[in-house]
Amino acid sequence: MALKHVNAVVVGAGAGGGIVAKELATAGLTVVLVERGRWYTAFDCRKDDLRNQRTTVLGNAFGPDEDRNPRVFVDEQGHEQRLKPSDGEYNNNAACVGGGTASYGAMAWRYLEKDFRMRSTYGAIAGSTLEDWPISYADLEPYYEKAEWEIGVSGDDSNNTFRSPRRRPLPMPPLPPNREYQVLKPAAERLGLHPFDIPMLRNSVPYNGRVACMRCRWCVGFACEVDAKNGTQNTVIPTALATGNCELRSECIVKEILTDSQGQVKGVAYFDSQSRLQEQTADLVVVSGSANESARLLLNSKSRLFPSGLGNRYDWVGRNLQGHAYTGAVGLFDFEVYDDLGPGAGIAICDFNHGNHGLAGEGLTSGGMLANEFIRLPYQFVGWRAPGVPRWGRAHKEYMRQWYRRSIGVMGPVQEMPVFESRVQVDPKVKDYWGIPVVRLSGHRHPNDQVVGKFLASKAEAWLKEAGAITTWTFLPGSGLSGGQHQAGTCRMGDDPRTSVVDKYCRVHDVDNLFVIDGSVHVTNGGFNPALTIMAIAYYASDQLVKSWKGTHGAS
Amino acid sequence: MVAAAAAGSSIGCAAGRSPWRFLSLDEARTLAAICDQIIPPDENPGAAWAGVVNYIDRQLSGPLRHLRNSYRQGIAAVDTSSRVLCGANFVALAEARQVELLGLMEQGRAPSEAWKQISSSEFFALLVDQTMQGFYGDPRHGGNRERTSWKMLGLPYPPIRGRLHYDVNTASVPVVGSKVK
Repeated sequence: MALKHVNAVVVGAGAGGGIVAKELATAGLTVVLVERGRWYTAFDCRKDDLRNQRTTVLGNAFGPDEDRNPRVFVDEQGHEQRLKPSDGEYNNNAACVGGGTASYGAMAWRYLEKDFRMRSTYGAIAGSTLEDWPISYADLEPYYEKAEWEIGVSGDDSNNTFRSPRRRPLPMPPLPPNREYQVLKPAAERLGLHPFDIPMLRNSVPYNGRVACMRCRWCVGFACEVDAKNGTQNTVIPTALATGNCELRSECIVKEILTDSQGQVKGVAYFDSQSRLQEQTADLVVVSGSANESARLLLNSKSRLFPSGLGNRYDWVGRNLQGHAYTGAVGLFDFEVYDDLGPGAGIAICDFNHGNHGLAGEGLTSGGMLANEFIRLPYQFVGWRAPGVPRWGRAHKEYMRQWYRRSIGVMGPVQEMPVFESRVQVDPKVKDYWGIPVVRLSGHRHPNDQVVGKFLASKAEAWLKEAGAITTWTFLPGSGLSGGQHQAGTCRMGDDPRTSVVDKYCRVHDVDNLFVIDGSVHVTNGGFNPALTIMAIAYYASDQLVKSWKGTHGAS
Repeated sequence: MVAAAAAGSSIGCAAGRSPWRFLSLDEARTLAAICDQIIPPDENPGAAWAGVVNYIDRQLSGPLRHLRNSYRQGIAAVDTSSRVLCGANFVALAEARQVELLGLMEQGRAPSEAWKQISSSEFFALLVDQTMQGFYGDPRHGGNRERTSWKMLGLPYPPIRGRLHYDVNTASVPVVGSKVK
């Protein structure tokens, strides 16, 4: 039986797709929102420190299914490996309604003005496809504001002298400081840095009909059982459904985007929750599956007019995969700094986001913010082993007892230089449970990322020392491909169809009723967690889409 | 202590039949002795009492099923190494000799004839990681009996106290009872 024709199919109910569905449905378009994962409720959130989105030794809590969704990873030496979602190199992002926003740490960063003009700021960098965005911070500013107020952000960045201009303050005050914050803030000020309260997509006071954060120990990697963490699953998606114009179909796996003989898309083919193949026709299709899966879907949508996949006429789909090169330091103190107050992360600096020394002879380059880490759970702290401490035996146990409550981590995401060879392809052999070719990841980081990582780590170390740490050591990023929870870049936004995949309104260059609206369109990924920027782009692109909407073509 | 832990499953069993899901009685005894050197009992309980063997045994019938061969071959190889070096199985060795053998395994220097299917350093890394998971992870997975490691680290219970936080004494939670050496 044919499914009823709708105005729009949105593929992926995460940070981007949830917002697009709500904006289109509110504007009166009929929408089907297709999501491969489940819709978890607060009752499903039995917090498990060995099975969540951050510690996956016993699997992922919020998908994708461990056995049905393999990927292939090719390392820097060219060795191929077939991976499960709980493997690190899989570069997973959650598969559920809300996507990553159901279980993220929920930092809510606006990128800086320079983050949109990286090429103009730093010039051409050898080995990188560094480019400016076709839009500016000013274009996105109203939509950042909309995301902050609609999804809900607490915090206070007024002391961040490096921030981009904002018209309106954040809707909620910051959570009260924890002990780490109180130790780190005066130290940063003594060093002449500019510490401030991290903006977070988390209720610090009752907001949007839901309660405030209860400050528990389990936050990043977990869903919130009191629903105080704000994602698309508890904000815009319920709003979209309440319009009566949007239907959510979860546990549905999109196989390909269908095209007609004129080169327009006409809908999607997907496997429903009983693995039956269905066809949903629509006037337009929005792909919001995040950088790995969005690229995979475009590449798997081959036809006579698009033999190498949709949007891929110039071989740019899947290119420039980037995440963040995380770097930082840990300090041990001779007094207790742990007070068991979640979420833990609370204080940050943006003093080193731009104008740092990169590769020798190449002048200045970008960096990233630095913030104190979320509360670490005991098993995670096992990995925070000071140099020279045995990993087992009496000394290990003594170390845990001595330092668990006397340690602080300061970490930050280095803004990566995009690399053309870091990419998503579809594997020629390996298929998933439904017979669809899977993501094949290959490539490496730009060498500059490690140089800047080392620099930023030294700044984190200096901050901890000033705060009184008696022992410090650094965590430095490796050279391998990066595209996990912060994955971005694979469907670059640009004005030139030969060097980008979508235009500045997220429309695929040569298919005018196909859109990509998620982190894939990021030209560069900022020195920040990308969620709020993905949300702002979704509001911005939806606004344009609704304005240019000329009505249905009707059922085919 | 070690033998008590190995036999300490609540599952009733006839003499000689393993109460474990995957491990044999002997394997569980050896594993308990190894785990108790990785996280030894002192003023706080060690890994064996905390139920790490139970954790590993349970996961080998669940998400870590793919590691069954590694454990079967690895535990046997520990005993083979022990007999080659010290003339007795691992559980019979004095503590200092057990630590010494584990140290050799960690460096991949255990007697090579015993480690043809899995390298000693690889198996040791697996043991350390899973002992840490069973000892420090959530009790729901079969280890961390009575949240013993969380008490050791001074993590208050129940863990979610919301705004009452500062009413709770933040000093280390004292350990009571006589479950330690």
